[in-house]
Amino acid sequence: MIDGRLRVPESVKPGEPFEVRVLILHPMENGFRHDAAGREIPVHIVNKVSCTYGGREVFSVDLGTGISANPYLVFFVRAGGSGVLKVEWIDDAGERGSASANVNVG
Amino acid sequence: MKRRHFFASMFLPLAARAQGFRSPADASKWIAEVTGGATPEKAGIELEMPQIAENGNAVALHIRVTSPMTADDHVKAIHIFAERNPRPRVATFHLGPEAGRADVTTRVRLGGTQNLTVLAELSGARWRVAAQNVLVTTGACLDEGSL
Repeated sequence: MIDGRLRVPESVKPGEPFEVRVLILHPMENGFRHDAAGREIPVHIVNKVSCTYGGREVFSVDLGTGISANPYLVFFVRAGGSGVLKVEWIDDAGERGSASANVNVG
Repeated sequence: MKRRHFFASMFLPLAARAQGFRSPADASKWIAEVTGGATPEKAGIELEMPQIAENGNAVALHIRVTSPMTADDHVKAIHIFAERNPRPRVATFHLGPEAGRADVTTRVRLGGTQNLTVLAELSGARWRVAAQNVLVTTGACLDEGSL
């Protein structure tokens, strides 16, 4: 499992966009580095991050090798009512990770 | 093999690998490919990133697209292109009215001093573009040992 962190505000106003911060712990190997023995380290990156609110996709990102190690993403989501915000990520080896948080709207 | 060909074959890989010798990928070609030939408007995108980055491994990038983000008028996608990166397509963000704000932040790798181009796809097949030059003192894509 790929570890990560998710932060949302404790409470938000209905219909007001709130900030979502995501940090994924991943080396994001770009395929241009070499190990101590001089062998090429193959590309190994998180290539998809998606965010659902109440089970519905509201935001997603396709990542390439140009995203820094330990990808950090900040974006906004607008909610009419309280619900669960879930962020999921997957890398090119098929390994996954996720984090979720309750959003109190009111 | 002719002597000059031998020398060329010896030095070409080196030159190609050295930072700065790589010719930039054509951003206008990429724009045409993504937009399907539409001409993007040069307005409505705010790019916030350092003009000088000491370390190309993690350059903070904040993109804001002016949009009401309603069902009829919203930003659908934001594409990032780094012309001097070995793989210039950095990332694509997909969003919609549920985002409420077309405002994204991330950290990017830059292989050297270059123009970073951001393309926004809006509802109604409208496009916007913005670019900024970043001076990178130490490019990404290098082994730690060679720094």
